[in-house]
Amino acid sequence: MAETNRAVIKLREKFAASVLDVKEFRGEVTVTVTRENILEICNFLKSSLAYNLCTDVTAVDYLGKQEPRFMMVYNLYSIPNKDRLRVKAGVPEADCTIDTVSGVWKSANWLEREVYDLMGVTFNNHPDLRRILMTDDWVGHPLRKDYPVQGPDREPYKGRLS
Amino acid sequence: MASTEIMTVNMGPQHPSTHGVLRLVVELDGEIIQKITPHIGYLHRGVEKLSEHRTYHQTIPLTDRLDYLAPMSNNLGYVLAVEKLLDIEVPERAQAIRVILTELTRLKSHLVWIACHALDIGAMTVFIYAFREREMVMSLYEKISGARMTSNYFRIGGLSTDVYDGFERDVREIIDTFPGHFDTYEGLLTKNTIWLNRTVGNGVISAEDAIDYGITGPALRGSGVDWDLRRDNPYSGYEKYQFKVPVGEKCDTFDRYKVRLVEMREAVNIIRQALDSLKPGPVLADSPQVTYPSKENVYNTIEGLIHHFKIASEGFPAPEGEVYQGVENPKGELGYYIVSDGGNKPYRMRIRPPSFVNLGAIEKMAKGSMLADLVAVIGTLDIVLGEIDR
Repeated sequence: MAETNRAVIKLREKFAASVLDVKEFRGEVTVTVTRENILEICNFLKSSLAYNLCTDVTAVDYLGKQEPRFMMVYNLYSIPNKDRLRVKAGVPEADCTIDTVSGVWKSANWLEREVYDLMGVTFNNHPDLRRILMTDDWVGHPLRKDYPVQGPDREPYKGRLS
Repeated sequence: MASTEIMTVNMGPQHPSTHGVLRLVVELDGEIIQKITPHIGYLHRGVEKLSEHRTYHQTIPLTDRLDYLAPMSNNLGYVLAVEKLLDIEVPERAQAIRVILTELTRLKSHLVWIACHALDIGAMTVFIYAFREREMVMSLYEKISGARMTSNYFRIGGLSTDVYDGFERDVREIIDTFPGHFDTYEGLLTKNTIWLNRTVGNGVISAEDAIDYGITGPALRGSGVDWDLRRDNPYSGYEKYQFKVPVGEKCDTFDRYKVRLVEMREAVNIIRQALDSLKPGPVLADSPQVTYPSKENVYNTIEGLIHHFKIASEGFPAPEGEVYQGVENPKGELGYYIVSDGGNKPYRMRIRPPSFVNLGAIEKMAKGSMLADLVAVIGTLDIVLGEIDR
């Protein structure tokens, strides 16, 4: 099914060099692309393939599991066609930046701020890149795998004493 | 000569009409809003981070506390996502009960919306009435799960227990009396001059802008976009039920009010159909690797006890992969994106909160209107801070 997906066919035609991987799992299609072309690809997906609703922008930290360390995840939806597409792009730790897609979908503005806040990925050309959930003076990015769950400089929780 | 200057006003986080701990810094020219800077995160508890350290079953109670006005809808999204990851089939009876309960939850959530929205813009009576009706759903919640708000009733693979005897009677009582109550609210509001003055033409956002800003749920349908996940990407057996999807025309607060009222009537419709189709049968999938054994087994057999202990302490491994499951919550599309590395805990769980994304459009909707109209915009967006901050 992944091979016959309307978006996969078009993306392979137009961005043959940038499509790194196409996967299907439980009926959901995931396309991994190069981060240099993310803006171009998102623009194309919105204007030519009607993926007009950017449902979600998030990131996954694969510390010590795979390179590049971070994976940006864009969950897109097309209201006219009623189908979903997941686009992913790897972001290395050494150069932890990617172009913003908030110019394509305005909903990405806050969602990217959240990724910046909790995961520490910086977005080039973002109109308002500030922390959103944590306070402005917070140090560190809580959703990274090397950030302890109990918070920095605190004893890990060892269960109830009684 | 008179001089003008922009005045900055702080609204919240302790403010009755911000529906929780939302803080808005508003820049005003006289009474006209020039700029709104929302500050959120006061209720951030790190649910996404916590879930990476808990087994799949242990995350369900955390989801209750996202949108605390619609706990069962949050449970549903999560269990559906994990079931998709595991590829297990839920028995028909469990699916129908889930639909009944999530639609009751929609009623409960919309009742709070109409109550607070009306109170915010000056209609006290509706508040009292709607909370009285909400109490009926709350007592049903209590009977069924033991808790009025944090239900924790759904399980991966089905439900924690079957419903009690007399459940159908109680639900029928609710759906038989509620349409009359909806008439009361409409009688109090729909032609009320004050209500009309405050809502017609307020918070206008065009269909195109609404989609661009990622608005989902009744707020999007109020802008005339005919899209409902329950109909267009059905889950949990919604394809079996007939219901209308209401759509607004003028994209303003009044249209969103009408959309939600029709939605409440349609929820009653869905509940009636689900109740009529309810047949006896199992409420938990037949996959012992994943689901808890029955209480009878746990208390009477050593195998059952060991089985329960294994599931409760170790959980179960999930296949490697990633899934996204979106459900139509009362507030919009709630999505769970789960990445599994083959372990017994999610490697990463992302919650896509509808209120968070909807709130992003607040400046677009309120800019250029009066400060007092901002309160109506917050009300019509129907936000819950537990979900925004997670």
